[in-house]
Amino acid sequence: MKGLLRLRGFFAFALLVAALPLLFPDNYFVTVVGVTIGFNVVLAVGLNLFIGYAGQISLGHAAFFGMGAYASAILTTRYGWSPWPAMGVGLVLVYLIATLISRPILKLKGHYLAMATLGFGIIVNIIMIETVEWTGGPDGMSGIPGLEIFGWAVDSDLRWYAVMAVVMLATIWLSLNIIDSRAGRALRAVHGSEVAAQTLGVDTAYTKSQIFVFAACLASLAGSLFAHQQNFISPVSFNFFFSIELVTMVVLGGLASTFGAVFGAIVLTLLPQVLVVFEDYEVLILGAILMSIMIFLPQGLFVGLVRGGKALARRLFPGLSAAAARSGAGS
Amino acid sequence: MSLLEVRELEKSFGGVAAISDLSFTVPEGQVYAVIGPNGAGKTTLFNMLSGVYVPSDGAIEFAGASLVGLPPHRVAERGIARTFQNLQVFFNMTVLENVMVGCHLRSHIGLFRAALRPPGVVREERRVRDWALQALAFCGLEKLADRPADALPYGELKRIEIARALAAKPRLLLMDEPAAGLNDTETVELRHLVRRICDSGVTVLLVEHNMGLVMEVSDTVLVLDYGSKLAEGTTREVQNDPKVVAAYLGGEVQYAVK
Amino acid sequence: MLDQILQFLITGITIGSTYALVGLGFAIIYNASSVVNFAQGEFVMIGAMSAVWLLATGMPYPLALVIAVLVTTCVGFALNRFAIRPARGATVITTIIITIGAAIFLRGAALLIWGKDIFALPHFSSEEALHVGAATLLPQNLWVMGITAVMVLAVRWFFDRTLMGKAILACACNQGTASLMGINVGLMMLVSYGLSAFLGAVAGILVAPIAFTSYDAGIMLGLKGFSAAILGGMGSSMGAVAGGLLLGVLESLSAGLISSGYKDAIAFTIVLLVLILKPSGLFGRKTADRV
Repeated sequence: MKGLLRLRGFFAFALLVAALPLLFPDNYFVTVVGVTIGFNVVLAVGLNLFIGYAGQISLGHAAFFGMGAYASAILTTRYGWSPWPAMGVGLVLVYLIATLISRPILKLKGHYLAMATLGFGIIVNIIMIETVEWTGGPDGMSGIPGLEIFGWAVDSDLRWYAVMAVVMLATIWLSLNIIDSRAGRALRAVHGSEVAAQTLGVDTAYTKSQIFVFAACLASLAGSLFAHQQNFISPVSFNFFFSIELVTMVVLGGLASTFGAVFGAIVLTLLPQVLVVFEDYEVLILGAILMSIMIFLPQGLFVGLVRGGKALARRLFPGLSAAAARSGAGS
Repeated sequence: MSLLEVRELEKSFGGVAAISDLSFTVPEGQVYAVIGPNGAGKTTLFNMLSGVYVPSDGAIEFAGASLVGLPPHRVAERGIARTFQNLQVFFNMTVLENVMVGCHLRSHIGLFRAALRPPGVVREERRVRDWALQALAFCGLEKLADRPADALPYGELKRIEIARALAAKPRLLLMDEPAAGLNDTETVELRHLVRRICDSGVTVLLVEHNMGLVMEVSDTVLVLDYGSKLAEGTTREVQNDPKVVAAYLGGEVQYAVK
Repeated sequence: MLDQILQFLITGITIGSTYALVGLGFAIIYNASSVVNFAQGEFVMIGAMSAVWLLATGMPYPLALVIAVLVTTCVGFALNRFAIRPARGATVITTIIITIGAAIFLRGAALLIWGKDIFALPHFSSEEALHVGAATLLPQNLWVMGITAVMVLAVRWFFDRTLMGKAILACACNQGTASLMGINVGLMMLVSYGLSAFLGAVAGILVAPIAFTSYDAGIMLGLKGFSAAILGGMGSSMGAVAGGLLLGVLESLSAGLISSGYKDAIAFTIVLLVLILKPSGLFGRKTADRV
């Protein structure tokens, strides 16, 4: 796919993101929920590179999100650091830890890998709860300062929307670039056949490790931003439920699809908001929806909808669809 | 000039010796076939040559340097590529993308440059695409470039694996039962393809059961039985060797020799 | 000190028995269908909660227990029939999400029916503690250990000696061939899920008198049961049992001797270390792909 045409989906989405606050000014859903969606998209897109493209599994991704958040929180509130260097330290810390655990853990496959990442996530979360002198324990840490970008204070919901919109779009752009490159093909080759990939010169252990660390670093950045946006963090935001939620976002949208992950993040962030009207039935209905989608649309909601849409378009506009098919595969 | 030298190679699994005391030399520029009954150790040999297994003992030298103990991706760096008996096509990609993975070692863009995608990366991507298309064309598959690999018939998938391996521009191509599952027409095409590969300067080491193909395309044949060398020589010599006939070929059919 | 350790061992084996039964349930379903059933812990919860509920209607205690276990077994059948069977052929990760969805669904149902309260079941026999040295042993502890042992042996006998058990194992090896041999694969799957639910429910009613129960009690139990199955090696039923007991004992010892806050962290660290050193678990067999 040539140049800008390759990114047509991205530009369309960016336009939508920019237009939303203009179309719906002062709307809670756009500015507040939108920011949450931003965080979830960054996490889900990163995780999707690891789960969807490289074909691995991680049930402990929330741990890296939390590590970034706590690094920022601790350094800014207890040691008076400025947010940006604190974020950098969090990033370096997560880089080192992710690199350290990736080699032994990524030798595992399937359910064993699931268990290892799950265990890692739980261990980190317990440390967050137990090291009270550092992290404030189960009560969390409050009074985390806000963010300033070269003097521009990010002190309103709308400003946070702008910041997260940029961060989110940047993450999507990076992901799309990676997939359509030698590195991305190496990832997918690892998923397709690890042995064949190795015989073609792909260092599969390194490849898996590298993308794991990359996703972890993205999560750390998101975590640091999260701390400054919420001004309060507690271990419950980084527990294994959230890790499972992230995996669900990735799978729900459709594996090996960046926009699938985006879609999954949006749906799973909005769904509880929507379901809250059902009160006591909320949890029950959530479970039912998850099961139904995975049973009837196992390729994921986004991929399923896109295919369904394409099939419908083929029925309604046969000539147009033939031309579209010739222009090649999408994201 | 001998490209590949194997000396006193041994491989045991538990107490069972799959390969014992195997020595042979593959001269550069030849089509060298390895034949033998099932269980003779042919795939084990291939797995050792490509670094998937580590030999229990013995030496493997490629272009003068030892291969023993190298992981598969390092063996690939030395210039050895392979195709598989059980297809290992990347079904999650298109045909072209499959072959572009074959160019992995010919390009050096890492994750970070790929993520930022500066113009240099865009140019390199185009180059890799062209190399991949060339490899596909060499195998007669250009028209299939943008098709998803999981929607294609078996015969084409086998050729895609070959194109992918060739895209790496190897010095030695290991082909593990390339004719398995192919019909007569496809086998003839395969014979022509193997000849073209060899003529283009790539040495071919092939494991095969299809005797017609082996005898028509090979320069040298190595016969394995129970993990050891039973015979080695030209196709004519091997066909007429009584030990080989008794163990494997049978006396009735005469194969056309090269 | 020794008495303390004995006490921790008693607690450890008790809770370990629960993990063992849950882990065994994981292993059975995994062996039969290659699915990791993240709703396994919910069977424990449903067994206990149903028993509480039935008891509250005035039913005799043994009858309540039996019916609670049967109800849960039916939930297991339903899970297979309505969530797993329709999604045959889905990828590993898709089925994981389906079972997670099922777990959420079951938890939601429990929340709706029973609310957020914590409940306890009466002890099976006397509540009077026995003394072993300076350690106390409740009769309920003995019930847990005893019935778990009986269950484990019964399951072993089922798979080793009965035709149905062997049929299920055949499905685990190769569903297509098993079907060609005349085995009703669908029925075998149903039985496996029912059996796992049965074991989960038994674990639930055994331990509810001591550890209580609530609508979200199944979560951690499910995770620990999964850890037990992994620790033992995913393909090995008896490995899961051993894994469960080991996990329970290690957890109890860590809680007592080191710190109760970190006990889960220590347990999971040990699982991680085992996985790093022996990737196929303590008793698992290494699998290699043929290329």
